[in-house]
Amino acid sequence: MNAPLHFMPPADFRARVSDALQDSKLRGSMRGAMNFLQDKRRAQFPDADELEQLRDLGEAVRQHALAHLPELLVQFEANLQAAGAQVHWAATADEANAIIHEIARRRGARSIIKGKSMASEEVELNHYMAQHGIDCIESDMGEYIVQLAGEKPSHIVMPALHKTRADIGALFERHIPDTPYSEDVDTLIQAGRRALRQAFADADIGLSGVNFAAADTGTLWLVENEGNGRLSTSVPDVHIALMGMEKVVASLEHIVPLASLLTRSATGQAITTYFNLITGPRRAGEMDGPRELHVVLLDNGRSQAYADEQLRATLQCIRCGACINHCPVYERVGGHAYGTTYPGPIGKIISPHLLGLEATADLATASSLCGACGEVCPVRIPIPALLVRLRTEANRDPAQAVAHPLRGQGASFSRSERLVWRFWSGAFARPGVYRWFRWAATRLRAFAPRSQLGWTRHREPLVPAARSLADLLRERGQAE
Amino acid sequence: MNTSGSRERILGKLLAAAPAPGMSLRELEDRIDAHHARGPLRGASSTELADTLARVMASVRTDVLRADAHSWPALLAQKLAAAGAATLLLDTASAEGAALAAALPPGVRPMSFDRPLEAWKDQLFAGVDAGFTVARSGIADTGTLVLAPDAGTPRTVSLVPPLHVALVYASTLHADLHAAMHAEAWSAGMPTNLVLVSGPSKTSDIQQTLAYGAHGPRALWVLIIDDEAVGDAA
Repeated sequence: MNAPLHFMPPADFRARVSDALQDSKLRGSMRGAMNFLQDKRRAQFPDADELEQLRDLGEAVRQHALAHLPELLVQFEANLQAAGAQVHWAATADEANAIIHEIARRRGARSIIKGKSMASEEVELNHYMAQHGIDCIESDMGEYIVQLAGEKPSHIVMPALHKTRADIGALFERHIPDTPYSEDVDTLIQAGRRALRQAFADADIGLSGVNFAAADTGTLWLVENEGNGRLSTSVPDVHIALMGMEKVVASLEHIVPLASLLTRSATGQAITTYFNLITGPRRAGEMDGPRELHVVLLDNGRSQAYADEQLRATLQCIRCGACINHCPVYERVGGHAYGTTYPGPIGKIISPHLLGLEATADLATASSLCGACGEVCPVRIPIPALLVRLRTEANRDPAQAVAHPLRGQGASFSRSERLVWRFWSGAFARPGVYRWFRWAATRLRAFAPRSQLGWTRHREPLVPAARSLADLLRERGQAE
Repeated sequence: MNTSGSRERILGKLLAAAPAPGMSLRELEDRIDAHHARGPLRGASSTELADTLARVMASVRTDVLRADAHSWPALLAQKLAAAGAATLLLDTASAEGAALAAALPPGVRPMSFDRPLEAWKDQLFAGVDAGFTVARSGIADTGTLVLAPDAGTPRTVSLVPPLHVALVYASTLHADLHAAMHAEAWSAGMPTNLVLVSGPSKTSDIQQTLAYGAHGPRALWVLIIDDEAVGDAA
């Protein structure tokens, strides 16, 4: 098993970006996938007015839920318990893992079959369980592929987006018994189905994520196409659902617009094959379904985003991946370069809360602020504004006291840089100083350094012009 | 593990930071209702809804059959035999299950889900060709069946066998998900499991190429019974 990715030193982000940009095969895969996903989404929203109205509604539902989050969580917990489920609260990734391990230990479980869960990736569940002798088997086809390859998902909706069918053919030939090499997708999917079939029947525990949760009925709402989520939550005797605590909304009805936005934005489907709505464990007289249902509510830094009025919008996210699919940076570097569970724009704005700015300060700088992410976001998260805000926090003096300090405040702070900016703004604010600076810069231009840090790695050095704009305007008779 | 301290800590942090409530619940729900009231199928007749359901489901490789309330058992029995299904899981305690069981030719053996899953898990996974369910209702605009599994027809009937056969009455169809949820008062009481099914199992996880039969049923047959109800008011 690979070491958890979030222990990668942050400096490696830039190195991984360079590597990814050199990888022409990856660039080809990414471009094809991005074009495909963008076209599919566009086709689902032929009516621009309907799209904008639905986005307004999605934003309103999520903002309402966040405004009432503490009371909704208490109500959700009570309704889950009334339905017979057990509720656990995990402040950190370690706590979530320990809770799940304890359930497995008590049940004497040796294997866990997993539906797709990004929250479980976030807490590095597979790694933790492997250290404790428990096998986690990924059953989503994309997750299964990356698990076989010893990798991590490179996309939150399509985990194996970076792999070609030839990669997967070779992987299956090597890892699945009696499977000859093939590049035929139907053949490959049937091989994956065959390989995982018995695992559903044999697993002691099924673990899933949660797409939406309704406080009024205590219902978990799971969205999928393959049926592996239904199998994982129906066949084993224990079902553990791990969910970010921000996913709860007031009522089932509120999920209707969100579910439509999710499937249309994510994969361009009007609806996925299955919406699996779970309310409690197996009831008396029922013949299948888990006898135990555990719901683990995960904080893991979300409360930090919640505390800040602007950053709270981060938690509106419904994890559709549309921002990722439209990000020119993601398209070029792929998902692994980020080194975080959530790549792309959503990863840049959520990861600092999960991991601290020390490890993630560079992520928000890997953006041209083109705004595509904010334009496609189905719940109107102002992602570009949040990126700018996170850059500000990363460069804030670590000693400065603020109302809601972020973990790792000032991770990119540099005294010399601050000094330069102070000088610059001071010069701009004083006409006399500015004129002197202008005079000096135009006269001393021959002394401009040839090497200008990062700028000259790929560009010609910057040299002040011989005449300032103000001088040129004066010559043309226009006042300064 | 005792994480009760975490519960209080997390809720404490959230309560300390909770923003002023913005839009009221009433206003939000009025907006949700108003948005969906403009849905293209609102006010459509049950025949129009059935036509839409059939068209949308067929577009995701669902085999859709239309029949009347009397002729369907024979039609379905014949189709099952032609497909080579040797075993069919159904609930003979239901009127539809009993009617279908009675119509089956000798080559198709009916089976009941009369024991808990644990007692015959391997047999269910390896030895059942098809599962028969009666949908609670359907949703026309997305081509969706609403299944409410119960003791006689548990959730794995529509999930584990490679062929899922579902019957839905045209009179139970709704225009959209919002209409279904309201008409059936979901918030007033949810079953353990409610499943919305919109086609056979599928995936696009390999190079964005669509393939059917991922982990759930490889094939889905839907039998729409035109039961001549009055138009759906929703």
